[in-house]
Amino acid sequence: MTTPVQTPDATSALPPTQTDANNQALLQVRGLKKYFPITQGILFQKKVADVKAVDGVSFDVYPGETLGLVGESGCGKSTTGRTILQLYRPTEGQVVFRGKDLAQLKSEDLRKMRSDMQMIFQDPYASLNPRMTVGDIVAEPLEVHNIVKGKEKKDRVQELLQIVGLNPYFINRYPHEFSGGQRQRIGIARALAVNPDFIVCDEPISALDVSIQAQIINLLEELQERFGLTYLFIAHDLSVVRHISDRVAVMYLGKIVELTDSKTLYENPLHPYTRALLSAVPIPDPLIEEKRERIILVGDVPSPVNPPKGCRFHTRCPLAIPICKEVAPEWRDVGNGHFVECHVV
Amino acid sequence: MSNVLLDVRNLRTEFVTQDGVVHAVNGVTFQVDEGETLGLVGESGSGKSVSMLTVMRLIPMPPGRIPSGEVVFQGQDLLKLSNEEMRQVRGNKVAMVFQDPMTSLNPVLTIGTQITEALELHMGMNKDQARKRAVELLKMVNIPEAERRLDDYPHQFSGGMRQRVMIAMGLSCSPQLLIADEPTTALDVTIQAQITDIVKRLKHELGMAIIWITHDLGVIAGLADRINVMYSGYIVETAHTKELFANPLHPYTVGLLGSIPRLDQGKKEKLTPIEGLPPDLVNLPTGCPFYDRCTFRTQKCLEENPPLMSVGVKHWSACWNYEAVREKRDEILRRTVAQPVAA
Repeated sequence: MTTPVQTPDATSALPPTQTDANNQALLQVRGLKKYFPITQGILFQKKVADVKAVDGVSFDVYPGETLGLVGESGCGKSTTGRTILQLYRPTEGQVVFRGKDLAQLKSEDLRKMRSDMQMIFQDPYASLNPRMTVGDIVAEPLEVHNIVKGKEKKDRVQELLQIVGLNPYFINRYPHEFSGGQRQRIGIARALAVNPDFIVCDEPISALDVSIQAQIINLLEELQERFGLTYLFIAHDLSVVRHISDRVAVMYLGKIVELTDSKTLYENPLHPYTRALLSAVPIPDPLIEEKRERIILVGDVPSPVNPPKGCRFHTRCPLAIPICKEVAPEWRDVGNGHFVECHVV
Repeated sequence: MSNVLLDVRNLRTEFVTQDGVVHAVNGVTFQVDEGETLGLVGESGSGKSVSMLTVMRLIPMPPGRIPSGEVVFQGQDLLKLSNEEMRQVRGNKVAMVFQDPMTSLNPVLTIGTQITEALELHMGMNKDQARKRAVELLKMVNIPEAERRLDDYPHQFSGGMRQRVMIAMGLSCSPQLLIADEPTTALDVTIQAQITDIVKRLKHELGMAIIWITHDLGVIAGLADRINVMYSGYIVETAHTKELFANPLHPYTVGLLGSIPRLDQGKKEKLTPIEGLPPDLVNLPTGCPFYDRCTFRTQKCLEENPPLMSVGVKHWSACWNYEAVREKRDEILRRTVAQPVAA
């Protein structure tokens, strides 16, 4: 299922108008920034610096597609997902969902919108309340949004458990009675309860064992087909992201450096960071591993408090030229909806 | 043939808990040759870490106990040594690198103090010698400005650098065997590539044997000479790396290979997960531990737990139906076998 990319003007910081003929995106993110302040002092706290977790990202998500968001720890991919859902209020920028800018909505309106947007969390051990039964956990969004009550509610919860492959008679059990994979299924059932259109999956499988990961990936794919869901799939594992995504965005230090359909990204990566990242992923085949040439990056990711001037990747880039140290490269379309932010390519 | 460095025979490790006896390691037998890299692959609870902690005599007893087994290292059974004698071996001839670099370094001591401790203890060096050697070690694992960084505390290092410090500490006494317990699991892929690169180089330079514990078949494919696949405390398959990937003959190994998405494969193919969950280690079945999740199971599997059987050249599998696995495997793994490799 490849979504036609309609050459969206991603560099534009202006809100796209609804009269835009090409505008068919479910979600449009424009110039999104999220800074976390670092404060000093006990009584009179003053801001001394910002952690620039997300520093100006723009992209579209089309109905029915899976957009993968990859990057290393600390690159801002989870913060991006949370800021889109307004779990963090953005410092700057727009998050337009179905023509409404979520950043401008009042909390009551936002709460209503949440029944269309849900989230699946990374840690199935920390994201379920240990004192609530599975039935209560899955029913909570139904109550909050006043969807069904009484007997109907119980039926709906049992139906949801069945949909995610759990025994419907488990509703009176507590989270500790389940394994990691089963808990993740409970988290998925909770997200599905309100019939959302859009789900942010924040590393939904990275806490699970290998043989269980495939179960959850297949479940997410089946649900997408069955309910026409749109996913923003955040992960650090590029093999998983390639498998599940239609398009992939690669993040580095608060910015998206490359965005294209997943086939192109893996067969023709342009940004030097994407190339290094891809070459570092091990392939479970000793014959291939023998022949592969790795691009080993030197050093670590710089601090997001003081990101490097110019291109953020220049400190580790094997292709850096003088201009990279001075001028930040522009986000440009190199054709067929393949976006990249680099002076060299 | 090279000499056998470590010979583990019928090793069992159990833990006595409130819920009953947890059978973590259930009679594993394997050898490691000098200079060889052995991969130990399995999921959480498969006994890969516990078996290695037993080799290092780091299992707290009680609740742990070792009802049977021998761990012969250079002709000496480590399980029979006194604590004092074991201390001469541990960190000196056999060293271990742990998974989590964030918690296995002492936060209130400088990196220098932590590295030189073993050098002074095992190698009888004085402070200056030890410090000089520590600088060498940090340089060996590519830590820039090694001299200055010796006086830094762990929190001043990034995750990848801490793991490199851990490796430097492991190598400090030039051990003949290095046991690495998921040393790259907590790290990002680009940092993981740095670490595996360093380990490959050092192994070549220092000629030591390595046991690399991991759940990631990708990492081990490029590193190990030979692989043991573990499941619920048993070794279920063992073979040379290329043989194991080309010709897996245990349903669990086939299942693992079928359930991981690969970077060189596109979206079309559906993954084949292993259904169900691993068995409870307190109530292990009398038959094959993989029975509940196996697509090749027969009545015999329910009744009798299969031992490791020779199924090829230096290739053993603990499956009664390995011939059936051989026949149907390519069907399950079609996605991994037939597809050409992306450029």
